[in-house]
Amino acid sequence: MPASSIRFLLNNEIVTLDNIDPNITLLQYLRENRFDKGTKEGCASGDCGACTVVVAELSLVNSSELTYKSINACITFAGSIHGKQLITVEHLKQGAKLHHVQQSLVDNHASQCGFCTPGFVMSSFALHKKTHKPNREEVVEALAGNLCRCTGYRSIIDAAMESSENAEEDSFAQHYRQTVKQLNDLAQLPSAQLSCAGRDYFSPKSIDELAQRLIDKPNSTLVAGGTDLALSVTQNLATIERLVYLGNVVELNNIVETADEVIIGSGVPYSQFTPVLEKNYPELGEMIERIGSMQVRNNGTLGGNIGNASPIGDMPPALIALGAQMTLQCGDKVRKIAVEDYFTAYKQTLLEKSEFIKDIFIPKAQPGKILKLYKISKRLDDDISAVLAAIFIEVENNEVKTLRISFGGMAGIPMRAKQCEAALLAKPFTQENIAAAQQALTLDFKPMSDVRASDSYRMKVAQNLLLKCYLELQNRKIETRVVNYA
Amino acid sequence: MRSLTKINEINPNSSIKPNNAKDEQNNLGLGGVGRSTKHESADKHVSGEAIYIDDRLEAVGQLHAAVGQSSVAHANIKSIDLSAVKAAEGVVSVITVEDVPGHTDIGAVFPGDPLLALGKVEFVGQAIFAVAATSHDLARRAVQLAKIEYDELPAVLTVKDALAQNNFVRPPFTMSRGESDQAITNAEHQLKGDIKIGGQEHFYLEGQISTAEPTEDGGMIVFTSSQHPSEVQKLVAEVLDIPFNKVVVDTRRMGGAFGGKETQAAQWACIASLLANITKQAVKFKLSRSDDMCMTGKRHPFENNYHVGFDSKGQIKGINITVNGNCGYSPDLSNAIVDRAMFHSDNAYFLDQSTVIGNRCKLNTVSHTAFRGFGGPQGMMTIEMVMDDIARHLGKDPLEVRKINLYGKGERNVTHYDQKVEHNKLNELITKLEVSSNYQARRLDIMEFNKQNSILKKGLALTPVKFGISFTVQHLNQAGALVHIYTDGTIHLNHGGTEMGQGLFTKVAQIVAEEFQVNVDTVGVSATRTDKVPNTSPTAASSGTDLNGKAAQAAAKTIKARLIKYVSDKYNVSEEEVVFCNNQVFIGKQSDSQLNEGDISAVQTFTFAEIVQQAYMDRISLSSTGYYKTPKIHFDRVTGKGRPFFYYATGASVSEVLIDTLTGEYKLLRVDILQDVGHSLNPAIDLGQIEGGFIQGMGWLTTEELVWNEQGRLLSNNAATYKIPAISDAPVDFRVELVPDDPNREHTIYNSKAVGEPPLMLAMSVWSALKDAIASVGDYKTSPVLDTPATPERVLWAVEAIKSQAENMSQKVEQANQ
Repeated sequence: MPASSIRFLLNNEIVTLDNIDPNITLLQYLRENRFDKGTKEGCASGDCGACTVVVAELSLVNSSELTYKSINACITFAGSIHGKQLITVEHLKQGAKLHHVQQSLVDNHASQCGFCTPGFVMSSFALHKKTHKPNREEVVEALAGNLCRCTGYRSIIDAAMESSENAEEDSFAQHYRQTVKQLNDLAQLPSAQLSCAGRDYFSPKSIDELAQRLIDKPNSTLVAGGTDLALSVTQNLATIERLVYLGNVVELNNIVETADEVIIGSGVPYSQFTPVLEKNYPELGEMIERIGSMQVRNNGTLGGNIGNASPIGDMPPALIALGAQMTLQCGDKVRKIAVEDYFTAYKQTLLEKSEFIKDIFIPKAQPGKILKLYKISKRLDDDISAVLAAIFIEVENNEVKTLRISFGGMAGIPMRAKQCEAALLAKPFTQENIAAAQQALTLDFKPMSDVRASDSYRMKVAQNLLLKCYLELQNRKIETRVVNYA
Repeated sequence: MRSLTKINEINPNSSIKPNNAKDEQNNLGLGGVGRSTKHESADKHVSGEAIYIDDRLEAVGQLHAAVGQSSVAHANIKSIDLSAVKAAEGVVSVITVEDVPGHTDIGAVFPGDPLLALGKVEFVGQAIFAVAATSHDLARRAVQLAKIEYDELPAVLTVKDALAQNNFVRPPFTMSRGESDQAITNAEHQLKGDIKIGGQEHFYLEGQISTAEPTEDGGMIVFTSSQHPSEVQKLVAEVLDIPFNKVVVDTRRMGGAFGGKETQAAQWACIASLLANITKQAVKFKLSRSDDMCMTGKRHPFENNYHVGFDSKGQIKGINITVNGNCGYSPDLSNAIVDRAMFHSDNAYFLDQSTVIGNRCKLNTVSHTAFRGFGGPQGMMTIEMVMDDIARHLGKDPLEVRKINLYGKGERNVTHYDQKVEHNKLNELITKLEVSSNYQARRLDIMEFNKQNSILKKGLALTPVKFGISFTVQHLNQAGALVHIYTDGTIHLNHGGTEMGQGLFTKVAQIVAEEFQVNVDTVGVSATRTDKVPNTSPTAASSGTDLNGKAAQAAAKTIKARLIKYVSDKYNVSEEEVVFCNNQVFIGKQSDSQLNEGDISAVQTFTFAEIVQQAYMDRISLSSTGYYKTPKIHFDRVTGKGRPFFYYATGASVSEVLIDTLTGEYKLLRVDILQDVGHSLNPAIDLGQIEGGFIQGMGWLTTEELVWNEQGRLLSNNAATYKIPAISDAPVDFRVELVPDDPNREHTIYNSKAVGEPPLMLAMSVWSALKDAIASVGDYKTSPVLDTPATPERVLWAVEAIKSQAENMSQKVEQANQ
C-alpha cells in the first residue's frame, strides 16, 4: 500500500502536511507555517511549557473514546501529529466567550505578563478533560511542566482547581462523536511519510514495516516521544536526515501483564505505563511523577529513556535494580538481554545497526522484595537527577537475602553498585554493615562534578541514601522524605 | 463637519445609580481606584490573542538576525574570517563594528558596552558580528561558521582576584557614620562573617526580542520588548547617526522583564536597526533561550563580609560592612546597583556607628544588570546574616535580636546615609505578624518536632524588609503622560511606563477613570511609544505607578478642569456645582446625600460622552499632557548623605521549612506575609506582585544556581540546568495580607505604596529558616554558614559542618571532663 501523507485534525479541520521540513517542530509549524501565534516559545527545550498544546487521540482500549494529552509543541516533530487531533489555545474561545478554564484564570487574576498563560490554559484544559473537580495534587501534577515567572502560582492553582462540573459543554464535547469518527477514518490510512529537502519522516504502522525500513535504510534515526532527540535540532541545530517514528507502530504500543511480568512496548508513553508499575512498586510511581513533566510523560517513552543511554535517565537504574529484561529486534530476529547489559559505555549500547528496542520485561512485585527509590535533584519537579538510587532488597530474619542496587548520575552509564551489594548481601542487615556498604560505594563509583552537583556531594548523598533506606526499612513509620510533606 | 456618534448607542452605563449597592467594596469611586480590577490584558492573555513582538504580523521580506559570539573570556581578536558566514544559506547581510555609522558604545550610564566587539572581547558570549538571514534558524546556523582567532589575555573570573587586582568597573565608595572601628572594639561582643550570594537569571518567559522597520528619511521604527523605550530610541539614533526624532520605539507589553530589559534590551534593538538600515528590510532579532542566558547580564552575585560589635541584648553598637558586587565586564548600571546594596545594608535595623564600603568588581563575565531589588536584596542579606549570627552567639531566638535592632521612633531612626526613617511602623508590623502567624507557639512545636525526628528537621524564621522607593539617580524621578478624550466619550491613555505584567497599565487606567468617574474600560491603553510621551525614564525601581500614575492624573485633571470651567460657564453654575459621577456629569446644586441616594432630579445631568461632545462643539481642547517629578529627594554622593528615597515600603514574612539532613533536600511548608502597600490601588494586582515577588526571591535564594566553568563559560545556560521555582515549590499554606487602612503619609498617588520590588526580599525568611533548621542539628549553638543559592548540596554541607563542629565540641567537653 503506498504511504499516506501526514494527516491530522487541527481542531475540526483535516490538514495534510506536504512539502515541509520533517525536522520542524509542531511549534514552528503552528507559528511559522500557520501563523497561529497564540502558542508561545519560551525555551524551545520542553522545560517551560509555554508551547503546551493538547492532542486528542483514540483511546487504546476503546476506539470510541478520546484521551486528551498535553504535550510540548516545541520538542514534538510535526510529523508525529499524524492521525491525531491537535487543539491549540486558539480553539478554546468560542466567539466572544472564553472557555471555562480561561475564564477561571481571568477571575483569579492568574495572569501577569501573560506569556506563559496559553500554556497553562492548555495544561489546565487537558486536566479538566480528565476530571471536572481536580484536587490540588492533581493540579500540581498536571501543571508542573508549566513555568510562570510572575505570579508565584497560587492564583493559577486556585484557577485550575475551580470545578467545571457545572460549566457549559464545550465545543470539543459538542463535536466529540464527529471527532471520534474523523480520527477512526484517519486510523484507516496506511503508514504515513513526509519528504522534503532531502530529508524524510516515516511513520510505520506495523513492526514488520518498521523492521524492513531499518534494514532498507540503516542510517535512520528512531524517534518516539522525541523529548530528547528534538533538543538536538532545537538546541544544537542538528539536522536529522531520516526520522522513523515509533508512535504508530501497533506492536510497540502494548502493555501486557503475565503472571509474573509486566511487558511494556518500547513506544508506550510514561503516562500510560505508570499505573501498572505504580501498582507493583509504589515508590516507582512516585518517582515517575517527578520525571520530566506531564507534557514530557505524555510523549516520552520507556524505550526512549533506555535507548538514548543517558547516564542520568531515571528509569534505567530502577529497571536494573528490578532485574528487568528487554528485547531487541533486527529484521525478524529478536534477542532478549538484561537491561543492565544494554549500556556498555557513555552513550554506547548493545544496539546494532537496523536494530530497535521492542519490549521491556519488568518482574511483578513479589512478597518480601521491596523497591526503594530516591531521586535527588535541585528542584523537586521536572529536574534531572543529580543522583538516582534504586535499591531492590529482600530482608529475611534480619539478613539480606536478595539485593540489587543501581545508581544513575554516579558513572557514565546507569550502573549496579556491586561492591556495595557485596558488603550487604547474605549478611545481617545492621547499621555497621550499612557503614561498610557506604565505604564500598567509593570502590564502585568515581562520580563527576557538573552543573547539577559536585562529585563529593554525589558520593556523600549516595552513601547517605543507603543509610536512609536502612532506617526506613527498620522503622516503617519514621518520617524521612521532605517530598511527602505538604 | 464631522458627524458625531450617537451617544445612546455606545454608552450603556448611563442608567447606573451612584454608589451601586452591589459594589464589591464600599466608598470606591466608579473609576475603581482601590478595586481589584482585572488586568487590562487578562482576556487576551488567556485566549492567546495578546500580541508580543514575536507574534506581530511580519513585513514581506522580513529578515532575522543572529550574532556571532566570543568563545573566550578575555582576548584580543587576531583575525575574523566571515567568508563562510556570508556564503551560508539564507544570509543577506553580515556586519561588524566597522559597519556602524554612529556610536559603537551603547553604555547606558558610563561608556564600556560595545555594540559589537571592538578588537577585543571581554566575556564568553560577547557579540562580535551580526547576520541577517531569511529565517531565524538559518541566521543561527550561519553565525557558527565564522573563523575567529584570538590572542588570549588573562581573565579575571573571581571576585577575590578582582579585589586583589583592584579591577573595578567604577571606583569604590564608602558611606559612614561615627567611629565604627572603635564602637566595635568597645562593644561587649564581636563577630565576623562572610557570605557569597549568588546571582540570578531573569528567566523572563519571553526572551529578548526586537523588530526594526526602516521608515522614510532614513528613520526607524523599532518594536521592542524593553523597559526603557526612550533609551532604545536614543541608542538606535546614535548608532545609526541620525537625529532622535527619526526613531520611534514602541513597546506594547513584555512577557516579563524584572530588570533584565532595562538596559540590556537595547543591544538587540540596535543590531536589528543596523541590519534593517543596511538591507532596507524589516529585521527581527529574537535571542534563543540559551543565547539570551549567555549574552545578557544577571542579578549581580555579591561576596560580602561584616565585623560587628554588640551588647549582651544583641543590639548593634558598631558595624563594618563591605559589599563586593560582581559587575561583570562593564559598568552598565552597576554603580547604582552597588549603591543600592550599600543603602540597604541596614535593611530594617539601626546600625549605630557604621561604615559601609561598596566595591564594583570587574570580572570577565557578561555584564550584570538590574534585577528586581537592584542590589538591595544583596545588601540586606549581610545584615540578616548578622542577626542570625548574633542570636546564635547569645543563645537567643533570632526574632528577639531582630526586634531589638529595629529602627526606633524619635530616636535610633536615622540611616547610615543620614535619611530619617519616618512613619516607621516596623515594630507594629512585625508584632502583628508574629501574632497572626502564631510564631511563638510554632517555635515550640518545631523544637519538639526536631527532638522527635533525627533525619528531618524543621526551621522557622521571621524577617522584615524596608525598601527605599525612588531612583537613586535623581533625574530619573520624573514622568510624562498623554490623555485624549474622543467625541464618543472614550479615553485614550499613554504614559512613559511600560507594561511587563506588573499591572501598571491597569492601575494607571484606574487612576484616569477615577478622575473622570467613568468605567475603567472607557479608558483605552495602548503601546508605550516615544512619539507619544518623550524622554521617559525606565519602568524600574518599583516607581512605575508612583510616577506615571501621578503624571496621568495630572493630564486628566487638566482636561477635567477645562470641562468643569466650560460647563460652569455654559450652564451658569459654580464650578463646585459640576460633579463627575457614574459616567455622568451632574450640573447644579446638590448635596452628597442626594447623590448617594441616586436622587438626581434636582439637577441637570448629561452622560460623560454628551458633555465631551458639547465641549468639542464649543471648541474645548480634549487632550492634555501631564507631568510629575518626585519631591523631597536629594543625595550628595561626595558626603554619602541625603534623602535618596521619597519613602520606604515595608513588610515582613515568616517561613517554615523542612530539611532532610541526609540529602539536603528541603520543602517550604508555610509562609505568612504582611506587606504595607499604603492605600492599595488594586488589591488583586498588589497581591499578585507580593506572591510572585516572594516566589521569585525564594528561587534566587534556593534552587536558581548560576554555574560558570573555569574558562568563564556559563554552564547553567538553559531551562534544563537552571531551575526557577515550579508549581509545587509554592507553599501549600501561603497566607498573604496587606496592612489594612494605612495610607502612605507621603503624597503619592492615592497614598499608595510601591509594590514591585519589596516583596522579593521577603524570601530572605526562607533562607533564614533553612539556617534555623540546620542550626537545630547543633542544638542551635552554632550559626550555620549558608551561601546562596541554598541548593540541597549547600544545605547538606552546612548540616555536615554543624555536625562535625558539634562532635568536636562534645569531644572537647569529654576531654575536659576526663
